[in-house]
Amino acid sequence: MTAPLMLPMATDIGNPTVNIIIFGLFVLATLAIVLRASRNNRTAADFYAGGRSFTGPQNGIAIAGDYLSAASFLGIAGAIALNGYDGFLYSIGFLVAWLVALLLVAELLRNTGRFTMADVLSFRLKQRPVRMAAAISTLGVCFFYLLAQMAGAGGLVALLLGVSGRTGQSIVIAVVGAIMITYVLVGGMKGTTWVQIIKAVLLVIGAGIMTIWVLAKYSFNLSGLLGAAVDNSPAAGEKLLNPGLQYGATGISKLDFISLALALVLGTAGLPHVLMRFYTVPNSKEARRSVSWAIWIIGIFYLFTLVLGYGAAAIVGPDAIKAAPGKANSAAPLLAFELGGELLLGVISAVAFATILAVVAGLTITASTSFAHDVYGQIIKKGQISGDGEVRVARYTAVVIGIVAIIGGIFANGQNIAFLVALAFAVAASANLPTILYSLFWRRFNTRGALWSIYGGLGSAIILIAFSPVVSGKVDAKTGQSLSMITDTSIDFHWFPLDNPGIVSIPLAFVLGWLGTVTSKEPVDTDKFAEMEVRSLTGAGAEKAVQH
Amino acid sequence: MSDTRPAGDPDLTTYRDVQLSPDFSDLRRRFRRFVFPMTALFLVWYFLYVLLAAYAPGFMSHKVGGNINVALLFGLGQFVSTFAITMIYVRWADRRIDPDAERMRHQIEGEPK
Repeated sequence: MTAPLMLPMATDIGNPTVNIIIFGLFVLATLAIVLRASRNNRTAADFYAGGRSFTGPQNGIAIAGDYLSAASFLGIAGAIALNGYDGFLYSIGFLVAWLVALLLVAELLRNTGRFTMADVLSFRLKQRPVRMAAAISTLGVCFFYLLAQMAGAGGLVALLLGVSGRTGQSIVIAVVGAIMITYVLVGGMKGTTWVQIIKAVLLVIGAGIMTIWVLAKYSFNLSGLLGAAVDNSPAAGEKLLNPGLQYGATGISKLDFISLALALVLGTAGLPHVLMRFYTVPNSKEARRSVSWAIWIIGIFYLFTLVLGYGAAAIVGPDAIKAAPGKANSAAPLLAFELGGELLLGVISAVAFATILAVVAGLTITASTSFAHDVYGQIIKKGQISGDGEVRVARYTAVVIGIVAIIGGIFANGQNIAFLVALAFAVAASANLPTILYSLFWRRFNTRGALWSIYGGLGSAIILIAFSPVVSGKVDAKTGQSLSMITDTSIDFHWFPLDNPGIVSIPLAFVLGWLGTVTSKEPVDTDKFAEMEVRSLTGAGAEKAVQH
Repeated sequence: MSDTRPAGDPDLTTYRDVQLSPDFSDLRRRFRRFVFPMTALFLVWYFLYVLLAAYAPGFMSHKVGGNINVALLFGLGQFVSTFAITMIYVRWADRRIDPDAERMRHQIEGEPK
């Protein structure tokens, strides 16, 4: 929400100097590690896939680092503090989604691709059109996800560093962006992965300490904590513990909730920056171990956020959270301050910043790899390019994407983060997942099916969002304030009733993939299909780790 | 379509040859018979939970002890089932997929076409 972020610093909690020092230490430490990691960044496989030499556990921690963005740490804790049980539903969708990746996608993808999602999708279909479609949808998903992270950075700045005013926040966004570009340029995938690992460890330890602290206050009695949260939330009361506080109001809002649940559970296995992480391990067994580690870390972390969210409701109280700049997003930092004063707030703030930085770096390397490898290397140069040439293009692209992210972040500062992240998930679930599953499991699947499914899923998701209440025409019944992106309440062009397009665009993309396939006369490339199927299951001919 | 050709036909590429071999069919069947029903299972359980949360708030709000209600237990149940499926699958795949996959991989890579 825009308004509170532009007010002068409204809280007097915390010490910005402490926050900045702790954050600075994190940046220095990670930069040193990135520099060390980058000594072996010679080939394309080094730059794009970290030499494929990370172990399953290392990559699993890095995946958790990539996945636990500021939206899931600050966003979910805040959503639980204010909306109670409905906030918890988000984390369940985000977690269960990993089973799709574990069972159906991770290993097969690792065995068949080299660097990008497009490698797998275009494996046995017509190279150029399918690769182009996959690259466009990769760049689209990365862009929305990037924008969400950068928009969140502005809000965090207001809360954590005491930087009020648009200009000051814009400078901080630019600094965050510049650090991130440096990580990617210098460290490539290897450096980025180490940043993710360090960040994930700090985040889980930080959240773990706070969780134990909160539980200790209620003598490790969860029921007691829930009771205190209810007592301290007079407006919501008992409803805080039940589903429906946020989504239960009307038939439409319930449908919206189901649409969201669908996008969440099917989105993860289509997120390009998650898929690309599977290429950083030497083989499919390690890819499996990665996902297993990631599921444990992510699951335990979400259990922490359940305690932190209700803890924030019980200890900080919903009124104080709503009054803070950043509103719901400030629940976890405010709780840290109540528990451990300036120091704990400083640590948690630094971790939250590190989170944004690391996720943005991961997205940037994914987007630049897709552009350099798919669009430039394979489509424009038709594969007639050296690995070095491609990596050079990837580095330029990373700078361009970094600058776009900074500018986008400055403009999107104060926009609704959850909306942008949910959009990225809905687009990934609609545009990417159907084609991934079809090309791995359906022999007859062909080029037209892939193109219809990718473009149809991508287009319908974006169009439905553009004409949804998220963009225009959503008004808070009580206050009369706009809840949409376009805050002018006189502008209203929405006709799609739901916030999340998933319930329409995901089935549509599956149907289009099927329809395109059966109406096309393109014969199945039996040899290519045999190669893909045998490789995907046995790992024969899969890219090996780089030996240094 | 030439799927009727048997494995061992000299005109076939190595990958086609392997694809048509009984060993590979067996591996593929084993893999699919595990992951497809498991996927169906967790998706049904997840959507059952989502639908209950949306349309059966009364049932979900039922207190089972202190402030712990059915919704919380079901929610935590999603975590438990996710962890359990992860462990079961990893153990299963390590034992039932990897050895055969590894053997076939060596066969293919050992004698390029």
